[in-house]
Amino acid sequence: MSELIHKSASELADLIASKAVSSVEVTEAFFDRSVELNPLTHSYLYLNRDTALGAAKAADAALAGGEKLSPLHGVPIAVKDNLTTTDAPTTSGSKILEGWVPQYDATVVAKLRQAGLPILGKTNLDEFAMGSSTEYSAYGPSKNPWDLTRIPGGSGGGSSSAVAGHLAPIAIGSDTGGSIRFPAAVTGSVGAKPTYGAVSRYGLIALASSLDQIGPVSNTVLDSALLQDVISGHDKHDSTSLPQSLGSMADAVRNADVKGLRIGVVKQLDSDAFQPGVKACFDDTIAKLVAAGAEVVTVDCPSFEYAIAAYYLILPAEASSNLAKFDSVRFGLRVTPEGNPTIERVMAATREAGFGPEVKRRIILGTYALSSGYYDAYYGSAQKVRTLIQQDLAKAFSQVDVLLTPTAPTTAFKIGEKVNDPLAMYLNDIATIPANLAGIPGMSVPNGLAFEDGLPSGVQILAPAMQDAQMYRVGSIIEQMYLAEWGSPLIAKAPKLEVL
Amino acid sequence: MAKEQLMPYEQAIEQFEVVIGLEVHVELNTKSKMFCGCANIFGNEPNTNVCPICIGLPGSLPAVNKKAVESSIAIGLALGCQIAPTGRFSRKNYFYPDLAKNFQTSQYDEPIAFEGKINIELEDGEVFEVLIERAHMEEDAGKLTHVGGATGRIQGAEYSLVDYNRAGVPLVEIVTKPVFGAGAKAPELAAAYVHAIRDIVKSMNVSDARMERGNVRCDANVSLRPKGQQKLGTRTETKNVNSLRSVENAVRYEIQRQAHILANGGTIIQETRHWHEDRGHTSAGRPKSDADDYRYFPEPDLVPVQPSAAWIEEIRAALPENPALRRKRLMEAWGFAELEFRDVVNSDLLDQVEATVAAGAAPQAARKWWTGELARVANAQETAVQDLSITPAQVAKIQQLIDSGELTDRMARDVVAGVLAGEGEPEAVIEKRGLKVVSDDGALIAAIDEALAKQPDVLEKIREGKVQAAGAVIGAVMQAMRGQVDAARVRELILERAK
Repeated sequence: MSELIHKSASELADLIASKAVSSVEVTEAFFDRSVELNPLTHSYLYLNRDTALGAAKAADAALAGGEKLSPLHGVPIAVKDNLTTTDAPTTSGSKILEGWVPQYDATVVAKLRQAGLPILGKTNLDEFAMGSSTEYSAYGPSKNPWDLTRIPGGSGGGSSSAVAGHLAPIAIGSDTGGSIRFPAAVTGSVGAKPTYGAVSRYGLIALASSLDQIGPVSNTVLDSALLQDVISGHDKHDSTSLPQSLGSMADAVRNADVKGLRIGVVKQLDSDAFQPGVKACFDDTIAKLVAAGAEVVTVDCPSFEYAIAAYYLILPAEASSNLAKFDSVRFGLRVTPEGNPTIERVMAATREAGFGPEVKRRIILGTYALSSGYYDAYYGSAQKVRTLIQQDLAKAFSQVDVLLTPTAPTTAFKIGEKVNDPLAMYLNDIATIPANLAGIPGMSVPNGLAFEDGLPSGVQILAPAMQDAQMYRVGSIIEQMYLAEWGSPLIAKAPKLEVL
Repeated sequence: MAKEQLMPYEQAIEQFEVVIGLEVHVELNTKSKMFCGCANIFGNEPNTNVCPICIGLPGSLPAVNKKAVESSIAIGLALGCQIAPTGRFSRKNYFYPDLAKNFQTSQYDEPIAFEGKINIELEDGEVFEVLIERAHMEEDAGKLTHVGGATGRIQGAEYSLVDYNRAGVPLVEIVTKPVFGAGAKAPELAAAYVHAIRDIVKSMNVSDARMERGNVRCDANVSLRPKGQQKLGTRTETKNVNSLRSVENAVRYEIQRQAHILANGGTIIQETRHWHEDRGHTSAGRPKSDADDYRYFPEPDLVPVQPSAAWIEEIRAALPENPALRRKRLMEAWGFAELEFRDVVNSDLLDQVEATVAAGAAPQAARKWWTGELARVANAQETAVQDLSITPAQVAKIQQLIDSGELTDRMARDVVAGVLAGEGEPEAVIEKRGLKVVSDDGALIAAIDEALAKQPDVLEKIREGKVQAAGAVIGAVMQAMRGQVDAARVRELILERAK
């Protein structure tokens, strides 16, 4: 069975559809490996053999009855633990939700079930998706399969390490400022944040409502495309979900052609903030695309300079309000303090005990930013920057089809290296945040190993809003160029995970 | 609590100018809640009409109820407001256990309706124009019940129960601009205004409009300033004013209370106050200041509400007539005495009387049926007149048969009883019950002669001018004819015999 776990989701889907293997066999292979290796990677917060195999059996039965529910029918999947599931606890990486089993499935989870994808378990994340390393998870960090002393990126480090370590063929992530793309880059995997509204957020425990977007995590571009096709579409439960279909991402991948492609490189992101090895990989990608016939233009996005500042006002502001519901009254943790347990004191004691330091930091920041007298200077100004970034991007996209940037400034850093330096942590998202502020799609595709440390680097593709297909097209082109050079996906170079 | 000192009302009005402002919350009667599909029903078992959205479970998202938007636009239009082409919801952030998300989703700086006005006529006929600042949509909170403790308030309670059935019920909050110049009539105007709002939303059927159930709730702002002063005085906001009488009494009380404080060199604390109907006074609640910081910001989970001009016009075209104007029109058209008309209005029978008149009955006859015989029957059956199974058209038909002499009053009441008993249309009841006025005067005259023979002095009395003496004979004749004759005709014939 070991060969199964190295196959892509689309290969597995084909094998299952042709009945060469069963969904139960595939699910069991990944489940057993997950049970064995999770103590090393800490990708999962929760694994349930019964529900995973039950769903796999149902998928096999449907197929036996001639019913193929989706192009990923029978392929097991891991789900980030900030999506609600009725058959598994949902913690969002926080002690305040420890043991909470939701009464309803997130729309994306319901779609996965309807599409015949067995859910292996729930993956780790920074508490309420606040972080870039999973070190802020209340349940401890996940580890990077390339080097277990390093972070797998965050907040979706559970999903990225599960996919990169072959504990799951594909996974669901969520991306508020880079939480799918940064983990993909540092683990040598693929991750995409669709256009804002392409995928329903109903059942996603909100971090910042206007920035959050659910997306796929995988080892190949086609797998992400197939998964995005399964989970996207309008949902009446999410008013901000797009009414129109964005077409088939899988078709865009299969028909990718470099002919006539115009690429933009953002002047403001060509800086010393990027590790030389990462820059070298990026330059190599651009050179390859030029050699293949793409046109490359440098574009000016002056407002990018203010993106992080604006992001760290808008995000905490929305988060401070979204997290107000965690008050012990209806669900989750309840801490009763000594003395007179008035409702105010119970709420305060619960939130004091239940939230971690980064969450408290952002609640305080956000509460301050929304306060009367400060609103215009902080939240108001940040929203203006958001408009400027959208204008910069609109101008850039009038010249080019996509923008390329390095996904992250560095390769995976050591666990503990930045955990006490929030500002350094925030800078990881310098290239990914503009996509969330503007609502445009972005994805990270592996583009080599940095020469200094031999760790994976990723290239980010940004496309105009609702042109996710264009992003997948370019992702596929880049993937194919490297496949031709390496003879195998980058992930094949990762060290073998073994329990000692 | 020490009883607060009050200045005599007339003295207070003499010394101070009264400024009032009213915030009226109207609970809409939509089938479902504002942001989820839960039923909007009063009085069900606690926490049975709830879902992940209205109890604010993690991950849930709101979606706007289109019908609630339609009702809100209708209210705005009825109050002469402009309707905003686009309006965002905002979050009003504060922690309270009846507020599931610990923020209320409400329109803040972009209300759906704004800049309206409404004329309020007082008992004495004086008309005040009340300017409407805005009407905006928001969601109601859950209901807390505090158990234990002396006051029934959260402070001192042993524990509290929360029912989220009401959480997320759609509300429209209607806010007036400050109302000046009502003087001594300010309390009456406040009550009349709330009355008018209640009538309007009821006539439009956008709310059940039952104040005792909290469908219409009023917060009354009152401030005083010495006569001649430009600057507005400090205001208090009295909450929990849930009847028209309470609105009037609470405003009156606040005027007297504030006047006493100001006249004695004190200052008014800006605060919310609670009205206690049983004890007839207000008590201090939570201090309130403009520094109350709700950290409003646009609700990122909802897209703006953008009613099209065509939709707004469609709603406008479907608006019922303004209830006050309608009353005025009907009173003039019907020519009722004021007491008669008020009886119809207070019995909530305007619709029935109007429909009966429209079906051909004379206004007075229509009124008498509904406020008389039908009200009596309903009362005896312990049901509402409006719920009786008889239509205005049927009442009009019966009245027409009386007018044409085909039915006597007594027979008509029999026909009504038959219709109410489900025996069919009036004609069918008449047929079945054999109710027919005896139009052959021969039998009638014979009966009259027989009766007169038994009371020989009657004709003499009539000739002497004592016409009322005919009554005794009429009674005897009616009895002999088993009521199937027209009493007026009997009287006519008796008087003829006396000539």
